[in-house]
Amino acid sequence: MRSVISKSAIALALGVTTALWVGGAAAAETPKRGGTLLYVIPSNPPSADAHRETTFGTIHPFAQFYSVLIRVNPDNPASPTDIVCDLCTEMPKPTNGGKKYTFKIRKGVTWHKTAAGAKVSEDVKKVYDQVGGTPLTAQDVKATFDRIIFPPEGVKSARKGFYTMVEKISAPDDETLVFDLKYPSGAFIPALAAPYNFVYSKKVLDMDQRWVEKNVLGSGPFRFVEWQPGAFISAERNPDYYHEGKPYLDGTEAIFAKKYSINLQALRGGRAYIQFRGFPPKMRDDLKKALGDKLTVQESAWNCALFMTPNNKKPPFDDVRVRRALTLAIDRWGGSKYLSKIAIVKPVGGIVFPDHPLAATKEELEQIAGYWPDIEKSRAEARRLLKEAGQEDLEFVFHNRAVDMPYKIVGTWMIDQWAKIGVKVTQRVQPTAPFYATLRQKKDFDVSMDFNCQSIVNPLIDVSKFNSDDISGNQYAGYQDRVLDDMWEKMNRTGDVAEQRRIMRAFEKRALDEKAYQFVTLWWYRIILHRSDVKGWKISPSHYLNVDLSNIWLEEPLRSESLK
Amino acid sequence: MYQYIIKRLLLMVPALFGAAVLVFFLMRLIPGDICDLRIGGEGGYRDLEMVAACRTEFGIDDPMYVQFLEFVWGFIRFDLGTSMWTGQPILYELGLRFELSLQLAIMTTVISILIAIPLGTISAIKQDTWIDYVVRSFSIAGIAVPSFWLGIMIILGLLIYTQAWFGTPWMPPIKYVPLWEDPGYNLSMLIWPAMATGYRYSAVATRMTRSALLEVLREDYVRTARAKGLLEKVIINRHALKNALLPVVTVIGIEFAFLMGGLVVTEQVFNLNGLGKLFVESVINKDYTLTQALVMLVVTIFIFVNFAVDLLYGWLDPRIRYA
Amino acid sequence: MAVSEVQVEAAVEGFAERAPLATVVLGLIRRQPLGAAGALIVIIMILMAAFAEFVAPYDPIANNFEDMLLAPGAKYWLGTDEFGRDILSRLIYGARTALFVGFVAAFVGATSGLVLGVASAYFGGRFDLLFQRVMDVFMAFPLIILALAVVSILGTGIQNVIIAITIPFIPNCARVVRSNALAIREIPYIDAARACGFSHARIILRHMVPNVMAPYLIMITAFVGQAILLEASLSYLGLGVQEPTPAWGLMLSGGAEEYAESAPWIAVFPGIGISLAVFGFNLFGDALRDVLDPKLRSR
Repeated sequence: MRSVISKSAIALALGVTTALWVGGAAAAETPKRGGTLLYVIPSNPPSADAHRETTFGTIHPFAQFYSVLIRVNPDNPASPTDIVCDLCTEMPKPTNGGKKYTFKIRKGVTWHKTAAGAKVSEDVKKVYDQVGGTPLTAQDVKATFDRIIFPPEGVKSARKGFYTMVEKISAPDDETLVFDLKYPSGAFIPALAAPYNFVYSKKVLDMDQRWVEKNVLGSGPFRFVEWQPGAFISAERNPDYYHEGKPYLDGTEAIFAKKYSINLQALRGGRAYIQFRGFPPKMRDDLKKALGDKLTVQESAWNCALFMTPNNKKPPFDDVRVRRALTLAIDRWGGSKYLSKIAIVKPVGGIVFPDHPLAATKEELEQIAGYWPDIEKSRAEARRLLKEAGQEDLEFVFHNRAVDMPYKIVGTWMIDQWAKIGVKVTQRVQPTAPFYATLRQKKDFDVSMDFNCQSIVNPLIDVSKFNSDDISGNQYAGYQDRVLDDMWEKMNRTGDVAEQRRIMRAFEKRALDEKAYQFVTLWWYRIILHRSDVKGWKISPSHYLNVDLSNIWLEEPLRSESLK
Repeated sequence: MYQYIIKRLLLMVPALFGAAVLVFFLMRLIPGDICDLRIGGEGGYRDLEMVAACRTEFGIDDPMYVQFLEFVWGFIRFDLGTSMWTGQPILYELGLRFELSLQLAIMTTVISILIAIPLGTISAIKQDTWIDYVVRSFSIAGIAVPSFWLGIMIILGLLIYTQAWFGTPWMPPIKYVPLWEDPGYNLSMLIWPAMATGYRYSAVATRMTRSALLEVLREDYVRTARAKGLLEKVIINRHALKNALLPVVTVIGIEFAFLMGGLVVTEQVFNLNGLGKLFVESVINKDYTLTQALVMLVVTIFIFVNFAVDLLYGWLDPRIRYA
Repeated sequence: MAVSEVQVEAAVEGFAERAPLATVVLGLIRRQPLGAAGALIVIIMILMAAFAEFVAPYDPIANNFEDMLLAPGAKYWLGTDEFGRDILSRLIYGARTALFVGFVAAFVGATSGLVLGVASAYFGGRFDLLFQRVMDVFMAFPLIILALAVVSILGTGIQNVIIAITIPFIPNCARVVRSNALAIREIPYIDAARACGFSHARIILRHMVPNVMAPYLIMITAFVGQAILLEASLSYLGLGVQEPTPAWGLMLSGGAEEYAESAPWIAVFPGIGISLAVFGFNLFGDALRDVLDPKLRSR
């Protein structure tokens, strides 16, 4: 039972030392040019348009082709707050009382010319002929964010709700981009750094807003070669890339393979060098055993959490005592210890990503129902509450998603936890689409598994899952609480971190404990495996981040091997 | 004969219509739609306006009968539309996968024939001896092992043994290259799933060969041949086997039809980008248009193969006449 | 390929009335050693399922994380899974699930097929034609959609898994039964029965059904094995029986991929269980066919 705060403190301290150490190592190890990175993606992307999609399946294959305005620092991706420029020259200081951000756009960035081996149609070549080689300007970036924040008729922008604080965007000249906000907000910069915000060419968008769904034309480290849906995507180095010396690789090839066993075996059999989503702990142990030094493991807390969501509208779960009993029965501290050996979960945390400054400390957590240090006391209280509510013989059906890792594993564990307070639970598992239909439309479940999984760590927005269900698009417990909604608004309208933190604690206590609406079970834990000869890449707390592949290089013999 | 063929062809229409009705309504009876998956499908932020816009885009909001008529009308004109998931034309999506699935189905069928006919024959000739028992146990074991497990074991076995013998672990390729581009690479990928499924599919054919041959061997003409003093080998090869093949052909034909779209599990285990894997993905993604097209494709193939098998029947057995 | 009534009856009688039992059993073992082996496997399974409470050493459901992923040994003969549950106990209880799914699905599927097949052959004409086309559609229709529809609409309870599995059995059995029944229909005594003014139901049940019992019984035994395998495949796709219920398919599909190397016992034993059961039912079915189909009887 390690403490969360001390863990993050240690992580911070270690972060400094490892950063130094890695810096030293990097100096000794000069990146080498050449080679093709083979990687696997456990998905089959819907479209190439990251503005409309919400899956990592679009990020992993396509991020390499595009530039973004700002991003999580690729050299320090573990930090949830270190955000740096990609297309801009310097992170701006807000003016006008925190309501105006002025970005200076880099000069010398050009749109991709057709790659040498590109397999594209004549029509696509024509677009490349018009746009390729022309400079990227603030107008393109403005067109991009206009499309995301104020999508024109017929264009789908999946996250325009992140940007409710934005009043207008303007580009007074080709090197200047200005965001005017309605009110100062701590959520603005992280939202801009969302990995989905690929910068598209204004010319292309003016021609056809949907062209980017099936085609690729970017300004990022790699140029598009071929995309065969369901099979693979390949790319070659962009020789005109604006970050000096990058990218190091000659090209990349990603293979779509949904089965994790195939992902693992591909790493082992040399069919792939890395997979950017993550592996379960047992697979890590097996592969480490098989490959030894040839395998490098990077691990991190993951900005995704499994939720346990009672149906607040359905008796007896409309009774706060019953809901509290459900969370009190679960031994999160003990579960973390064992489940982390068999599932991709580990950190115990509240509603905020555990490594973020806005997260509860261990002491703060231990005050919340379900996080008490003494599990026996907690379970006794759970039994008492059930008895008081007249539900000693409670039986219900736990609704879960038909995905083993980690849903079914954690589900099976929770059922056993509830058995310990005398509650009898059976499980009903559904494939993803019917699972969502039950949560979102039918709403006929007793208690369900749910999850919250975000890309860039932006707690102020991420916790909107606890808002009333008529405001939040992804709150399925079925409650409305205007007090929580107000707290959330206040939190989002202040730039003062201490004030944010104070409101966040009250928000958390009310949602998880006093009202016991819905619960965080355990946070995910990300384990990345890659061949040791893959260098230059560092893990981040989200599988959506740091995958433009520009900082990756290959050591021998992988570099020559990949040329075969 | 021609009348028979025409009648059979006409009968395909109601069968296809039935399949269309079934797939259309079953897919919509299953709760949840593609917009639930594409927007906030991974537990992230979900914009309610976007969800509504998405439903409008794909026509999921339209009345059922409008959607159904559109689907049937499209099918009649061979216009399969676009996939709701990738937005690509469905013909393009199918085209990408058809070659692989066809090659795999052919390889599997060949392997299963190569296993079934010799083993079935031996088993019949040596009926009720230990050879018969071993052969039958071997072939039943083929059905008894779950295919996904066998697939995992094959890949893992290859990795472990190549490492032990050659020092570096090897696994079959996971990216498909057409046979005519690089035969060696292509075969090194497809031979494993073909063997795994071929063995599995041979079981029924082996048993069928055995029992059909046993039946034929009791026919009068075989007795006559024996009485004439013909060699047993000649009797089997010339007389018995040809006649016994009839039901075997039926079984193999129907299995071939299933193989074209039915290798749902095997294609996933070996990561083959074929029709079976596409099918599972389309069902899971609730990609109505793609699922409908795939089901219609598989049903059409199935009906045609059935038809071809019946015709072949007539050719192999002169006693059968179509009226 | 008509199976004449007299021969079938003789065969069935041969089963029922020959005495004493020991002689029959010994005779069977001698004549059908594979079939006897199959029967033995089936009987052991049935006993395991019936007396699971007495045979199983541990609770098949309770988690025990202190003993997670232990290799087979003195304490746990077949090892433990990732939740520290005893594999042997789960296997024993799982036999119950497997047999229940297997028998119910096989019986319901084959019986519906029997009735439909015979009716189709008996009435012939338009009814037969229409019926055959419906069966074509169901035979060709992908099981996964049917299963998904059934499970999504009705839920993943055991009974719904059985319904999903049963559907493809019906056309399979109906086809075989129909082709056998067609031959019987041509035998004059059916016409005679009709001339006597017997009702359709009576002719079908009393005169035709008994004559297609042989293929029917053979189909049933084959279906039991197939149903067990299908349940495993559905589990692999997440549509089968659900945790924490002990079920072989679930045990195999959950552990097969993840623990294939480090804890192979998790997948190997249920895999063997499924294989053996399917194997047993198939051997038994084959022998049954040899006995019931006189044409195949040894010289």
